[in-house]
Amino acid sequence: MLNRTTNDERITMAHGSGGKAMRALIEDLLVPTFNNSLLDTLEDQATIPLRELLQHGDRLAFTTDSYVVDPLFFPGGNIGELAVNGTVNDLAVSGARPLFLSCGLVIEEGFPLDTLTLIVEAMKHAADRADVSIVTGDTKVVEKGSADKLFINTAGIGVIREGVSIAATNAQPGDAVITNGFIGDHGVAILLARNELALEADVQSDTQPVHDLISHMLDVCSQIHCLRDATRGGLATVLNEYASASNVSIQINEPQVPIRESVRGACEILGLDPLYLANEGKIVAVVPYENAHELIKAMRDHPLGKHSAIIGRVNSSPAGIVILATTFGGTRIVDTLVGDQLPRIC
Amino acid sequence: MKFVDEFRDPQKARILLQEIEGLVKRIPVCRDRPIWIMEVCGGHTHTIFRYGLNKMLPKEVEFIHGPGCPVCVLPRGRVDDCIALAERDEVIMTTFGDAMRVTGLKKNLLQAKAEGADVRMVYSPLDALNLARLNPEREVVFFGLGFETTMPSTALTLLQAREEGINNFSIFCNHITIIPTIKAILDSPDLQLDGFLGPGHVSMVIGTKPYSFIAEYYRKPITIAGFEPLDILQSVWMVLKQLAEGRCEVENQYTRIVPPDGNMQALQAIQEVFELREFFEWRGLGSIDHSGVRVREEFSAFDAERKFPLPNLKIADPTSCQCGEVLKGVIKPSQCKVFGTTCTPQNPLGALMVSTEGACAAYYNYGWIPEEDLHPAKSPV
Repeated sequence: MLNRTTNDERITMAHGSGGKAMRALIEDLLVPTFNNSLLDTLEDQATIPLRELLQHGDRLAFTTDSYVVDPLFFPGGNIGELAVNGTVNDLAVSGARPLFLSCGLVIEEGFPLDTLTLIVEAMKHAADRADVSIVTGDTKVVEKGSADKLFINTAGIGVIREGVSIAATNAQPGDAVITNGFIGDHGVAILLARNELALEADVQSDTQPVHDLISHMLDVCSQIHCLRDATRGGLATVLNEYASASNVSIQINEPQVPIRESVRGACEILGLDPLYLANEGKIVAVVPYENAHELIKAMRDHPLGKHSAIIGRVNSSPAGIVILATTFGGTRIVDTLVGDQLPRIC
Repeated sequence: MKFVDEFRDPQKARILLQEIEGLVKRIPVCRDRPIWIMEVCGGHTHTIFRYGLNKMLPKEVEFIHGPGCPVCVLPRGRVDDCIALAERDEVIMTTFGDAMRVTGLKKNLLQAKAEGADVRMVYSPLDALNLARLNPEREVVFFGLGFETTMPSTALTLLQAREEGINNFSIFCNHITIIPTIKAILDSPDLQLDGFLGPGHVSMVIGTKPYSFIAEYYRKPITIAGFEPLDILQSVWMVLKQLAEGRCEVENQYTRIVPPDGNMQALQAIQEVFELREFFEWRGLGSIDHSGVRVREEFSAFDAERKFPLPNLKIADPTSCQCGEVLKGVIKPSQCKVFGTTCTPQNPLGALMVSTEGACAAYYNYGWIPEEDLHPAKSPV
């Protein structure tokens, strides 16, 4: 826990002023929690030896993402874990080994210091789990009402192993489409956590780092053609991105798409389509069909891939279109969503 | 899922489809043209497209997608009135999710929210009433819309507000009623249809008896249908059976939910709180007599239309839209001259493109796939 040099219980404008309070926040909370030699120097940048990077591969992967989730705490996680896992996953889906992250905090004036401590500790926990270091950062405090409690930006770098070439443009007719488990958990967990619904369901967010699973997959099949994590916009959006970028058609089979009963139930009540729900630890890969079954077997041996499944195939036509073969025996197009999904009136 | 998967059994669907094919051969009209069945309810439209039922049925059976999406049929002037209310400083405007995307002349509630209006999505009018309790210094307005399905919950909420003496809560009432609407469709001279799938949720409230005029006067068969894919297929089978046997009756497929007399408690609440308007404007269909309801005089303290001045402008439908012809089955959504070009779900010009339950949006989102482009042989496992 924070060994405070001030008696502040809440973040004030002084914590972002560049003065003593800000220094105390960084030195008493962020530096000891993130705890690594690159951050300890408190320079304006982290200085990373290239030799260390080259041990892991031959190309750098670099990404950034901002996290503005409401509520900050939800079943299965919080914004801190999400900010680390999300950026780790954005690196990992290129086939990279994630190594270093930055952390930018935008804090609303009045935010409880204890809550910030919990979130920062969750970031450290997630970073340790993903074997990455948070080596540089930035803290801003904005006036009450100018931000919704807390926003976190994380950027990250990783190194892509040699011989791996993953891109949305690589899908080929005949390929298999696979995922590592139940979709829609995060989207439903957030909806329920907002307490706007008279609904109860035991659904936890799936926030988790998938780099180790992907490394395991690359050991079995280095020729993964496409790989993305299905975050906002869900499975449907990723598949549409592949179909469009590779100018192919993708057909998925509804009975093979893993969806929890509780998620299906919530979607039925709210009139939502689970294919579009957000995920935070689910990957969607397009791989050569001849490797698919062996890959699924290997993925199921990994803790994050127990429910992995082949969910569809890539076809040549109709180009750019994703098709769902329904459990009921019909077919329909799965288009990209227009805006957010909104619950139906009745 | 218990009580859901039973109604999505593909084997039972195959049996029903075989029986439907057999029935179709017995209906004389099929030799000259398709059989046109109107599904009145937007929920049915959604199920038909979501499960690809339109592509599973024999080509002799065609659906006409009716006016049953209450979000779609709301005229632009009413949406603008709602936005004007939402933009008042003292107002918290509350509404169901899909009503936030319905566009008035220039914008929708989502855009008004982005410009600073306090618009909040709720899942029931009771949530809106609770907001009124929590914000006594503000006026909470509930954008009430929908057929008899949602009308009772609005009515009961208003009764609750009166009982508690909450004076900062009102509804902007846009509820509509189904029977005059079906009658207006049946009176349309260019109408093309042979039978109806009756709305399941509305009928849960009003029962089956109010539809008897359809069978007796207009000589069209109607089957009250549930919302699962097997419900729809069975209901189509029931309508076709009536046609094959030369009968015109009101039949009830959705007996597990719909009682013949409806829900008396819900009907009493509706009766106590609402009264018919002389006429109400619909997108695509124009004015229909007695098709809308308003809050009764006794509840005027809870009526946003009486509490606040409204622009109350009549805004004509865009002339390029052919929503009315689609609703009456004269043309298919994809035959409309602006479908998929100037009218898309991103920028809905016409009523039926607005909500996911609108016929044009369903056509656009779920599309149509040529049989030769399907690859059943390449199933994943």
